Amino acid sequence: MKRRVLITGVSTYWGGRLAQELEKDPANEAIIAVSPDDPACALERTEYVRVGTQHALLRRIVHAAQIDTVVDTRLIVDSTTAGRVGRSLAHEMNVLGTMNVLAACGGPDSPVTKVVFKSSAHYYGCERDDPSFFTEDMQRPHPPRTRIESDIVEAEDAVREFAARNPKATVTTLRFCNGLGPDVRTSHTALLSLPAVPGILGFDPRYQFIHEDDMVGALHHAVVADVPGVHNVAPDGVLALSEIAGLLGKPFAPILPPWGTSLATALTSRMGVRIPDEVRQQLRYGRGLDNRKIKQSGYRFALTTRETVQAFAAALRLKPLRESGEAPYRYEREVEEFLRWSPSVHRDESGG
Amino acid sequence: MNDKQLPAPPEHRAYLPAVEPERQITDWGRSERVEGALDKTLYEFLYHYWFRVTVEGIEHVPSTGGALLVSNHAGALPPDAAMIAKAIKTEHTRPRPLHLTVEHFFKGYPGLSMLVSKLGGVPAHPANVHRLLHDEEQLVLVFPEGRKGTEKLYKDRYQLRRFGRGGFVESAMRARAPIVPIAVVGAEEAMPVFGHVRPLQKLTGLIYFPITPLFPWLGLAGAAYLPAKFYIRFLEPIPTDQWGEAPWDDKGLVQTVAEEVRARIQEELYDMLADRKSVWLG
Repeated sequence: MKRRVLITGVSTYWGGRLAQELEKDPANEAIIAVSPDDPACALERTEYVRVGTQHALLRRIVHAAQIDTVVDTRLIVDSTTAGRVGRSLAHEMNVLGTMNVLAACGGPDSPVTKVVFKSSAHYYGCERDDPSFFTEDMQRPHPPRTRIESDIVEAEDAVREFAARNPKATVTTLRFCNGLGPDVRTSHTALLSLPAVPGILGFDPRYQFIHEDDMVGALHHAVVADVPGVHNVAPDGVLALSEIAGLLGKPFAPILPPWGTSLATALTSRMGVRIPDEVRQQLRYGRGLDNRKIKQSGYRFALTTRETVQAFAAALRLKPLRESGEAPYRYEREVEEFLRWSPSVHRDESGG
Repeated sequence: MNDKQLPAPPEHRAYLPAVEPERQITDWGRSERVEGALDKTLYEFLYHYWFRVTVEGIEHVPSTGGALLVSNHAGALPPDAAMIAKAIKTEHTRPRPLHLTVEHFFKGYPGLSMLVSKLGGVPAHPANVHRLLHDEEQLVLVFPEGRKGTEKLYKDRYQLRRFGRGGFVESAMRARAPIVPIAVVGAEEAMPVFGHVRPLQKLTGLIYFPITPLFPWLGLAGAAYLPAKFYIRFLEPIPTDQWGEAPWDDKGLVQTVAEEVRARIQEELYDMLADRKSVWLG
């Protein structure tokens, strides 16, 4: 089946990686990437349009290119990232941005038949009386604690509403657990890169980590297969933080006090170790997701949590060597346009 | 129709995570190492020499499939769960690990949060009980009295408290797992509670701050047990698949069954106490 795909958030790691993955399959005859910022990784035949989430513009692109699949990887789910772009802008991108993207996909004359929405397990929050494994139909037991959490809940509400209004479209929401890998940057990768793994005294929380390749794999699975509804995406294996520290070959250092933890994290933030509220909650109570629904839909995780942590440990050991090597990718519009459109560029048949 | 090519919808059981033999901690946070270390030392000593546990009716614990074990609960620092787990490990022909449902309080209290989950404690959430009983087909121990059982005073010993709202019956029905009632004698006298200190409870954030014969007079050493003789009696299982399609919707039935389980344990306790000549020697 031929597909014409639009990816939002290509300036984030996930959008870029997914575009690279989709490029490999000739069945994806058109791949359009939109984002207000330049793409984060090198793209072969993906066409990049610099545009925000103004729904009128997106709608024109969707209709003009006859897009049938929209993948929204734009959601900011990490407070550290949100802090970098600014809280209110992050909120705008998360909530209004999602509504705009959905508005561009909806309507009776829309060519869109599939929407894949990247969400986060922060949807469930992290509290004392949580179940050990969240299933997709569970509501969070308490109202959202942080801006990011309420953003995610609001954005998912918008997606649910869209799904109800557009019964013809296949709408997939993927709730990812914490990501880990050599190239992805989150609050957790920063903490696990420290010389010792910090924790809260008296707590050994349960964690799931998904490898970056599995994250891309799951997004790709949702594009290729039809998996309507909400799906938790977390690999097998829930590890205790002490176990993770052991796999990383680092000491587990429960240096944060169990009482007054937020004061302590405010202090560590000043010293450069950012522990946002969601991470603090996870360091206390941990979280587990039930992944049986996505496995039942046919997705096979390449790595378990344990293997993901081991792969991350290997990457950490190689990091000092790799950093001195290659320069990071930078998007150059003129070069990319030359490569794509110039008649002088020699292209083979499969290439665009 | 291409229905024939599709495989039959597999059960949720098929997609459970595989066991990872390299790991020493399960997905629930249970640590074989910590549990094994305690089992070989403290529990071994308590079971054989201190409490001299006598077990009856161990055959009522099924060898396969999920089962919900329901017991009375007593003692400021209740030893009954550990002794029931040890009894299954020691006496049963096919020993299986036992998961214990604990109040959410334990997940939130520093130190206890680490320890309780390492020893097989699982937060008492209906979803957790269902996953253990139905999907993983494990043994789960519940104390429906909860803290009302352990905080009750010595003068109320062996008087079962209210059995919650029958949530445990509902969980067993949903999982179609049998209920095995258990009557435990001895835990009441091992660490009896004579009173509570409310201000200290508030200050420490614990669920209660008890006065026992040794605590708080001896400090942490006051957590020692008195050498009461233990009797654990496993009663005949109650099948929960005998009431048709969705019996958990019938709240009246759920309450009736919960009350029945409570009454059976209470009767059995009176029976065992009538036969007991000495608290310490049995």
